Amino acid sequence: MILLFYLAATVALISTVAVILQSDVVHALIYLILSLLAVAVIFYTLGAPFAAMLEAIVYAGAIMVLFLFVIMMLNLGKRSRQQEKSWIQRRVWIGPVILAGVLLAQLLNVLVQQGTDVAVVEVGVRAVGLSLFGPYVLAVEIASILLLAGLVGAYHLAKK
Amino acid sequence: MHSIPFEHGLILAGVLFVLGLIGVLTRRNVVFVLMSLEIMLNACGLAFVVSSARWQHADGQIMFLMILTLAAAEVAVGLGLIIQMYRRYHTVDLNVLTQMKG
Repeated sequence: MILLFYLAATVALISTVAVILQSDVVHALIYLILSLLAVAVIFYTLGAPFAAMLEAIVYAGAIMVLFLFVIMMLNLGKRSRQQEKSWIQRRVWIGPVILAGVLLAQLLNVLVQQGTDVAVVEVGVRAVGLSLFGPYVLAVEIASILLLAGLVGAYHLAKK
Repeated sequence: MHSIPFEHGLILAGVLFVLGLIGVLTRRNVVFVLMSLEIMLNACGLAFVVSSARWQHADGQIMFLMILTLAAAEVAVGLGLIIQMYRRYHTVDLNVLTQMKG
């Protein structure tokens, strides 16, 4: 299980790096799907099977298909790929990478100072469901209103 | 039961978040920017699920569900905006949108 965790983490990191380095949109999207599926495996190893299922179905399934449809509608061809290549230059990315790297180093410095090794206990669908429709039922209602607003907004914006 | 170091999961979430941040900062294609935002939101969700495993409580997974809902709504609206932008300017270059008055 531990081996599975580290393998999936490696896959997630490599495919995420591949996403932000790609010049072809569709290839980047395929790498992003791979990264999300690797994160789903990580959720499973962390004892969260419900979150793993939702990650695979909603994220890697529904949201990425939405992306794919829009990329197909935009019809970006060879010209856009060359344009992408001309946009990814060293002087463009070197500054943000260094600054973000400094922030990451600070974060890691804080994180490695506290070491706790805890046994993974599965928090299953039943526990999540009881909590979701018990104390958090108001959050579910608000989420439904948010989704409705997103639906109306997307319909209005994408309309001719 | 097996055990996984708590901070390794958080480190993974932090690295994924920073990778998404670099994507947002460096790319000019608006589709890539939206994808990098997805990476960042997913990293946040990973941090919540790791915390849920650490304290063996369902609350972290509930928060992950909320992030999932937020990401779905955000992607729907964002992709609608991208379609509208492509219709008006015939490009996905973010630098074209330098003025609000369309």
